[in-house]
Amino acid sequence: MKWVVETTDLSKFYDGIKAVERLNLRIKEGEIYGLLGPNGAGKTTTILMLLGLTEPTSGKALVYGYNSTTEPLKVKRVTGYLPENVGFYEDLTARETLRYIARLNGIPDKRSSSRIDELLKVVGLHEVADWEVGKFSRGMRQRLGIAAVLVKDPKFVILDEPTSGIDPEGARHILELIRKMSREQNITVLLSSHLLYQVQRICDRVGIVSEGHLVAEGSVDQLGRETAGESRAILEVQVEDLKPELLDSIRRIEGVREVSSSADILSIKCDRDLRREISKVIVDSGTLPLQIRSRDYTLEEIYIRYFQRG
Amino acid sequence: MYGLFAVFWKELADNFGSRRFLLLFILICLIGVFTAYLSSQAIMAKPEETPTEFLFLRLFTSYSRSLPSFVSFLSLFAPLLGIIFGFDAINSEHSRGTISLVLSQPLFRDSLINGKFLSGLATIALIFVSILLIVLGLELHMLGILPEGAELSRLAVFFLMSVIYAGFYLSLGILFSVLFRRTTTSALTSIAVWFFFTFFLYMFANVIADYVSPITKEVTEEVILKHTQVQNMIMRISPMTLYGETVNVVLNPSVRTLGLVFPAETRELIPTPLSLSQSLMIVWPQIVTLIALMLICFAISYVVFMKQEIRSV
Ligand SMILES: Nc1ncnc2c1ncn2[C@@H]1O[C@H](COP(=O)(O)OP(=O)(O)OP(=O)(O)O)[C@@H](O)[C@H]1O
Ligand SMILES: [Mg+2]
Repeated sequence: MKWVVETTDLSKFYDGIKAVERLNLRIKEGEIYGLLGPNGAGKTTTILMLLGLTEPTSGKALVYGYNSTTEPLKVKRVTGYLPENVGFYEDLTARETLRYIARLNGIPDKRSSSRIDELLKVVGLHEVADWEVGKFSRGMRQRLGIAAVLVKDPKFVILDEPTSGIDPEGARHILELIRKMSREQNITVLLSSHLLYQVQRICDRVGIVSEGHLVAEGSVDQLGRETAGESRAILEVQVEDLKPELLDSIRRIEGVREVSSSADILSIKCDRDLRREISKVIVDSGTLPLQIRSRDYTLEEIYIRYFQRG
Repeated sequence: MYGLFAVFWKELADNFGSRRFLLLFILICLIGVFTAYLSSQAIMAKPEETPTEFLFLRLFTSYSRSLPSFVSFLSLFAPLLGIIFGFDAINSEHSRGTISLVLSQPLFRDSLINGKFLSGLATIALIFVSILLIVLGLELHMLGILPEGAELSRLAVFFLMSVIYAGFYLSLGILFSVLFRRTTTSALTSIAVWFFFTFFLYMFANVIADYVSPITKEVTEEVILKHTQVQNMIMRISPMTLYGETVNVVLNPSVRTLGLVFPAETRELIPTPLSLSQSLMIVWPQIVTLIALMLICFAISYVVFMKQEIRSV
């Protein structure tokens, strides 16, 4: 198996202070990998080392088999990078910006111009293509950033916090764009974020970093099962009239692991789907189940769990 | 290579489009026109007093009562030109967050700093060429003279030295733009260095010279000579002195020595003009030092920049 990204014991210390420690990251061709973690976890530092923009203290990073520290140019030729808080030259227009980036990649204007038009359409900036970037809103800049990443026709794309500072609608649009480009052009994507519930939808796999370590890795489902441990399902039940005895009788049902309540909502962890048995007990106790919902383990719970452990 | 070219052309376009360029261009052209105009007026007023040889060169070095010569203006302003195109070269890219955008493209990191340095030099060169052309046109119109071959080659050396002189301050500005993250800090530091070399070093040199060989009432020629030598030695740390001496020799074919010349000696000297290579022989240490200073500054910024972490904040 050839990995797009392969790091071995990648570490970075700033004056002896740990930013990333012994990180072993592997990303497959064509997947969307989410690097998740709280502020200061070491996501950006990892990305900078992958691109050769900062030197690792120890360990090494390979991108498409090229060593990021010794062959950064080869890495950058196939890798597009959208930095967090990307900045642009305020007095260039969107089109000029993309043309400059194409030139930096050695693509002559003749060849780049049609691709630039196409990209501007894809990210929805074709109507403002000749505006100076100084007049762009945050969301427009981010979309321009994505176009800038795609100008060189990359095989691998790294997006650092692509949705930070963007409203939910805009974020959804950007994530959709990322998913589309990954699927349609078979581009491998590494995206970092601390907004896990926002990005979980589009990630094939996520890695959770905390204090410079990779504490968990896998598909969202996999991590969910791990977090859940023994219990398989969480049921949320809204009842008409919540009496303390009811809690006890539910606990007595075989297969129920844990019951907790807040206001009129019961939260029940159980081994299997016990909706039928539980509603029966509720009806028998003389009240009515108003709503029963089976809830997945959201990434957030996973996140909280790993952070609390870290 | 394409990376370097892309950066070079982008920066050049930026420079020419910028307000600072326009401002400086107008300022320096005005100075050029005024000094040339006044000195040619002086020549026209008393044509019999002025030697006709190297008349054109004289326009740059002669000064009237009301205005210093063009060369002394230039030795004052060329540094500002260099500083203005250099002081925010790298740190402005950091603060705009464009540096990661550029350096994540497949170009060598030095292409960015080289491209900026070269485009700065090209901009400065273009400003100087335009001044020379303007003065040329003006003289053709007023005095009806054109520079001769010998004058042209001297003008070319003068032009090159001016570019290198400004280039030193350009690379100094770039160095500070690499060292300091705030553009105000790098601007002020560059100006401070310019101020030191331009104004303070002279006083400083004087004080040291006074200490080493005090000039008393019964002063001998030897003492004065020593005093001047010490002073000159210290002054030669300054690019301004190096430039001034070089240009003075290059634009005055009759100047045969640097430093103090006693009146007794001058009278004996027959003012046969030197050839360009003879003139260059006198000042080659100055020329080499000036080029070296520029390259050293650039090399330091190069080394520091290559190791810098590129993180947008
Ligand atoms: N130049 C630096 N000097 C010293 N420490 C640094 C430097 N840059 C980053 N760090 C430290 O390294 C750690 C990791 O930072 P990093 O920027 O990688 O975090 P992050 O996961 O990207 O966080 P965020 O979500 O806020 O972007 C932090 O503790 C930070 O303080
Ligand atoms: Mg970050």
